[in-house]
Amino acid sequence: MARIIVVTSGKGGVGKTTTSAAISMGLALQGHRTAVVDFDIGLRNLDLIMGCERRVVYDFVNVINQEATLNQALIRDKRNENLHILPASQTRDKDALTKEGVERVLNELSETFDYIVCDSPAGIERGAHLAMYFADDAVVVTNPEVSSVRDSDRMLGLLASKSRRAELGQDPIKEYLLLTRYSPQRVKLGEMLSVEDVQEILALHLLGVIPESKAVLNASNSGTPVILDEKSDAGQAYMDVIRRYLGEHVPHRFIEQERKGLFGRLFGS
Amino acid sequence: MIESPAIGTLHTTRLLNSGMPVNSTEPHHPTAALEIKAGSITLPILKLFSADFEALNVQLEQKLRQAPEFFRNAPIIVDLSELVPDREPLDFSAFVDSLRNRGLSPVGVRGGSQIQQQAAQSAKLAVLAEIKPDNAHQAPAAQGASFKPASPAKGFGPTKLIDHPVRSGQRIYAAGGDLIVLAQVSPGAEIMADGNIHIYGSLKGRALAGVQGNLEARVFCSDLQAELIAIGGHYKISENLDEAVRGKPVQVYLRDNLLIIDYL
Repeated sequence: MARIIVVTSGKGGVGKTTTSAAISMGLALQGHRTAVVDFDIGLRNLDLIMGCERRVVYDFVNVINQEATLNQALIRDKRNENLHILPASQTRDKDALTKEGVERVLNELSETFDYIVCDSPAGIERGAHLAMYFADDAVVVTNPEVSSVRDSDRMLGLLASKSRRAELGQDPIKEYLLLTRYSPQRVKLGEMLSVEDVQEILALHLLGVIPESKAVLNASNSGTPVILDEKSDAGQAYMDVIRRYLGEHVPHRFIEQERKGLFGRLFGS
Repeated sequence: MIESPAIGTLHTTRLLNSGMPVNSTEPHHPTAALEIKAGSITLPILKLFSADFEALNVQLEQKLRQAPEFFRNAPIIVDLSELVPDREPLDFSAFVDSLRNRGLSPVGVRGGSQIQQQAAQSAKLAVLAEIKPDNAHQAPAAQGASFKPASPAKGFGPTKLIDHPVRSGQRIYAAGGDLIVLAQVSPGAEIMADGNIHIYGSLKGRALAGVQGNLEARVFCSDLQAELIAIGGHYKISENLDEAVRGKPVQVYLRDNLLIIDYL
């Protein structure tokens, strides 16, 4: 049985798809067979971030409508054979998803994969609801900013009440907080909520803090999950997240402002 | 088949005109002769399941005999929502007369077809908006022949215990009893109880105690940052909270229709 992870937030533009790409690639790098599913029907982005947009033949909606088999629609990643991508349809909308259809596809994926990462669309409507409905774990992606925190809180409420686990009275979905686009300098200036502020509002287990980084934009533009950029702070932070998720004890990094040495101060890093 | 008319309670909001017979020695408002205020009153509802005039009269007589004192001059709402409109035309004015002859004061109707509502209006009865059954504020209507006195709920129901955070957008209602929350209540969340509310975390959302009109209800919380706090419909919003009590452990109660916030 695969473990189903939903990457969700409520708010758009906080880094759900970047995180889905990084987490799925990270799990694959650790040797786990991983599928990543784009639930953002109509606004597909995951294939771009994963750099496989030119290899899309069939999509998630085709599989749900039984116009294609799962194997026809799954795209194998060229960099890591453990990783497969199920792209979203660009021409349909989220009403094309049905609960039965999604369940059938996830069950079929469960037979061959260890982890299924569901990239949720923004909002709390059908697409987002179905992305989280079958989940075992939830990574709630939040920016250190009040409206994002509020939306995450709303999403946590839905995870606790509107999921299959909640409806069947099973153990609740495991919820993890992932703080993205974090900038210690701006926190120090009082322009951004600190990790402690967000933790106080959401009262959630912190899976990691991803610093605001140029590497993320570069990675998106080149279609490479940022976790593959081992030199970058964001890439390292995502690798820490994977190790923490898999049970290792890894201290948090990138929360404090980095002290610049004399060299850095002279030449502005 | 004729079912017996059931009597439930309705929690409704009416406009009252207070200050009409003012004591002339102590005029409250020397300039204003009247004032219009929103208030809420609990009224008995007479729910009809049949338009058979004879059967209604017989069963009504039986019901009234059970509690004659309670029904003397009692204002009452007639609920027509269970009647089948086309098949059973009810002689409305005759029925209203028979209610009045028995000492009841019908004040309005609820539900029913347009024709029935027109008949009610011509009998000088108010037509009240229908309340949806999922409305959390509505008192549960008594079924069948059972009868409940029209007094506000006093927290006799079971206490509801919540041990997880109440998130934005979530709504929790402890019907008929107290509510205890052992975690935080987030902004945008709403917790309600017919009785008291206790929060052993931060209260950042809305808390409404005594929602069925129990003015004795109180709210206790260990960290007051509420968006709104209400007891029996008397409320205070975040903006009107005294800065001195913000973030403090407090209790909130009503005294002379004023919401009092005290340190614990």
